[in-house]
Amino acid sequence: MTGRDTILSKIRRANASRQDDSGRRATVAERLAAHPTGIVPGRAKLEGEERVALFTEKAESVFASVVRVASDAEVPKAVADYLRSKNLPQAVRRGEDPRLAALPFDSEPQLTVAVGPSDGTDLVGLSHALAGIAETGTVALASGRDNPTTLNFLPEHHLVVVRCDEMVGDYESVWARVRSIWGEGRMPRALNMITGPSRSGDIEQTMLLGAHGPRSLHLIVVG
Amino acid sequence: MTASPSPRRPTVALFVTCLVDAMRPTIGFAAVKLLEDAGCEVVVPPGQTCCGQPAFNSGDTADAAALAKQVIAEFEPYDFLVAPSGSCAGQIAKHYPELFAEGDPWRARAESLAAKSHELVSFLVEQMGVSSTGARFDGAVTYHDSCSGLRELGVQAQPRKLLAAIEGLTLTEMKDPDVCCGFGGTFAVKYSDLSGAIVEKKVGTIEETGAATVLAGDLGCLMNMAGRLTRNGSKVEVRHVAEVLAGMADGPAIGRGEGE
Amino acid sequence: MKVTTPAFKEKATEAMRDPILQKALGNVERGFVAKRKKGAASLPEFEELRDAARDLKIHVLKHLDLYLEAYERKVIASGGKVHWAESAEDARRIVTDICKRLGAKTVTKGKSMITEEIALNDHLEAEGIRPVETDLGEYIIQLRGEHPSHIIAPAVHLTKEQVASDFRRVHDHLAPDRDLTEPTTLLSEARTVLRREFQVADVGITGANFLIAETGTSVIVTNEGNGDLTQTLPKAHVVLASIEKIVPTLEDVDTLMRVLARSATGQEMSVYTTFSTGPRRSDDPDGPGEYHVVLLDNGRSSMLGTEFEDMLRCIRCGACMNHCPVYQQIGGHAYGWVYPGPMGSVLTPTLVGIEKTGHLPNASTLCGRCESVCPMRIPLPRMMRAWRAREWEKALNPGTQRFGLKLWAFLAKRPALYRLAARAGRWGLGWLAGGRGRIARLPLGGGWTRHRDMPAPQGATFMDRWAAGERPSRPTPSQTEAQS
Repeated sequence: MTGRDTILSKIRRANASRQDDSGRRATVAERLAAHPTGIVPGRAKLEGEERVALFTEKAESVFASVVRVASDAEVPKAVADYLRSKNLPQAVRRGEDPRLAALPFDSEPQLTVAVGPSDGTDLVGLSHALAGIAETGTVALASGRDNPTTLNFLPEHHLVVVRCDEMVGDYESVWARVRSIWGEGRMPRALNMITGPSRSGDIEQTMLLGAHGPRSLHLIVVG
Repeated sequence: MTASPSPRRPTVALFVTCLVDAMRPTIGFAAVKLLEDAGCEVVVPPGQTCCGQPAFNSGDTADAAALAKQVIAEFEPYDFLVAPSGSCAGQIAKHYPELFAEGDPWRARAESLAAKSHELVSFLVEQMGVSSTGARFDGAVTYHDSCSGLRELGVQAQPRKLLAAIEGLTLTEMKDPDVCCGFGGTFAVKYSDLSGAIVEKKVGTIEETGAATVLAGDLGCLMNMAGRLTRNGSKVEVRHVAEVLAGMADGPAIGRGEGE
Repeated sequence: MKVTTPAFKEKATEAMRDPILQKALGNVERGFVAKRKKGAASLPEFEELRDAARDLKIHVLKHLDLYLEAYERKVIASGGKVHWAESAEDARRIVTDICKRLGAKTVTKGKSMITEEIALNDHLEAEGIRPVETDLGEYIIQLRGEHPSHIIAPAVHLTKEQVASDFRRVHDHLAPDRDLTEPTTLLSEARTVLRREFQVADVGITGANFLIAETGTSVIVTNEGNGDLTQTLPKAHVVLASIEKIVPTLEDVDTLMRVLARSATGQEMSVYTTFSTGPRRSDDPDGPGEYHVVLLDNGRSSMLGTEFEDMLRCIRCGACMNHCPVYQQIGGHAYGWVYPGPMGSVLTPTLVGIEKTGHLPNASTLCGRCESVCPMRIPLPRMMRAWRAREWEKALNPGTQRFGLKLWAFLAKRPALYRLAARAGRWGLGWLAGGRGRIARLPLGGGWTRHRDMPAPQGATFMDRWAAGERPSRPTPSQTEAQS
């Protein structure tokens, strides 16, 4: 017998007495197909401006910075302002996300925008979130050409554009969106839920920002 | 769950506990007084010894079950079993049923006794509706939550409620009153150094309150804390909460001699 | 990893006498306990979520074989490979085979207790492959040649001064005047050194907090971002996970995420929760070229259907050890194997045998604080008692202990004889106390009187006094409220 068969048959033996096999199979198939929602915290049910306010409060409580702009047109300036405020060179790297590509970066002539995954030499990454999650001030990012995963982790500073109309209350709503984009039972290669900048408390339980990932996370909320 | 109003006084069988029997009968008499004052008829079944917890916690389930049967047979005729100890009451109310297999007639008897078994102070408050015991005690006390009573039976607010009603008494909470004193039955002997370190931390938090007296609802924990406090030369007195509630806190405290 | 549990008592005493360790352990108590309290209070639905989390895992364990099969199908469909390892040895062989096939020289590792359980690092080194721990705590531990003393805070037993001196010893590029007195300078030094390792690593190994049957996804939860760099940059990502990490759906992960970080560090959500499904895809500009999952049993399947099954619900948050009065005194190393604290005291005997680890379920007051904070509501005290019962059955306890308990039980089962014994006992203790109210040294009771006095009995036993007709004196009139 292979390791696989041995392990599975040991489990099956232990579980055989509990319910007949066809009943167990039906239960599993049903749960996987229905993916029932569990307990969703009350606060995740807020809507509209209250939801955006909760997102901002939660993100700031974990040391992300949040700025709100009215429209896409204002995003390049928000990026340039952030870089100036941190004394950073006017350069960012982004993926091929059409929503980022369509931003009027010309309005900030000093700003250089490179495109593609990071090789670790970029100081600042710019991504577009799949969703913002108000429950915990989290942003969800999906891997791929549009928003390469390396941009989330290698740069020192990570700027993420989150649209108000893509802001959700709970994690469950992200899964609904994932299923509508990638299909039932499918996922992007990497889905990163990011809640604040990288940190470590491993030395004497002292919380320090900027462990291995970005030292700062700046969220640009549009709308 | 409250006892249904009944024209007759409920009969409470007092489970004295082996430690109270041998070491500190005052707690037993205090329990009798509190129960009678609350309107109970108190009986002390003569065939009782120990609830069997030392055997149960040592893995000797056969002896634990034999002792459980003895307690069940002795106490099942009465309306309630009440013990001045959260750990003995917890053993009976929470663990007796698990000593017998499903379908064993003793299982049903254990469950029925479990359902009417209570720790003293929570019984007074929850079953008998006592809100004040009318006693007086002058001075500041601090209260330690014994683990079994706290986590198995939810004894936490009830003693504080009755203590708050005692004239002359102020309750000063210690840091982490819900953290174990390090007694743990045979643990105190088998892992002596560990137990000693844990109780040292506990008596530190007791001393920090500045209270002259520490109270708890379990004699095992009390003997552990008292033993460490006297060893450290502390002046803090140690008593069972029932002694204070019953107005019977005038004799020497636990571990103290006459006139000390 | 060698099991040193037989020396538990000696190691515990050593730990209690180590002032540096005691200082570090103070951080656990002050830090984790307060943070968990705040985390739990941050969500009104927390207790309800704990129930849901418990029920979810109970459901999973009853259908574990089927969820594993569903998970495997999905991993394969997304281009990954699933390897089944019955034992630690199988798992080590599978991982080294992957590394050797890829010609790996350097392997980066995310934090994984499973790799500690199978002693992977030693094995890789023996094969000429260099494992680099990338979690800051694990990195420090690796520099010191130690093992983690806590499942989520591996270096919690160390002070910053100790870490600084290890960095000076190993990082020979450091200028002597480089200031390393603050944790922040230590962190940035580690960041710089480990960045280079991430870039050169051939294979990245991580554990998994969850495996999702619905999608074939592995999930890691971290704060540092090291796990993501570990798995994104190399040629291959190897996930090492034990079989009970399976959950049915994405929604089920939500339930567990909502209790995990709050219980562990008090955070509402850890910084990085990463869902990985398969290797780099055709339109992916980054990500690992290969994606492997090694499913480890190592004794877990034999816990199903036993009194230890509930232990398989554990999500490794560490709350039980953070709140344990014993762990707080001695830290993790005294426990003598990979998993310390209450969860270790239950799990370790199932994984390495009760014969060598008999101390673990006994070195507990059964205070139950662990169960009261466990997000999965695992009845840890009940299972420690179950181990004690197994030890009793196998007569593994010391003879004197068994004899004493048997003698006591013999008397307790005979009330008349017991009365006599109780009388004799209180006379004896009373005589030893000699009117002082306490006994400083008890013959045969040295374990007790080593650290505390033995309070003396008051006098005659309660049962004797009651039988003699004594009743409480009652100066105060009844002041009770009538029962409504």
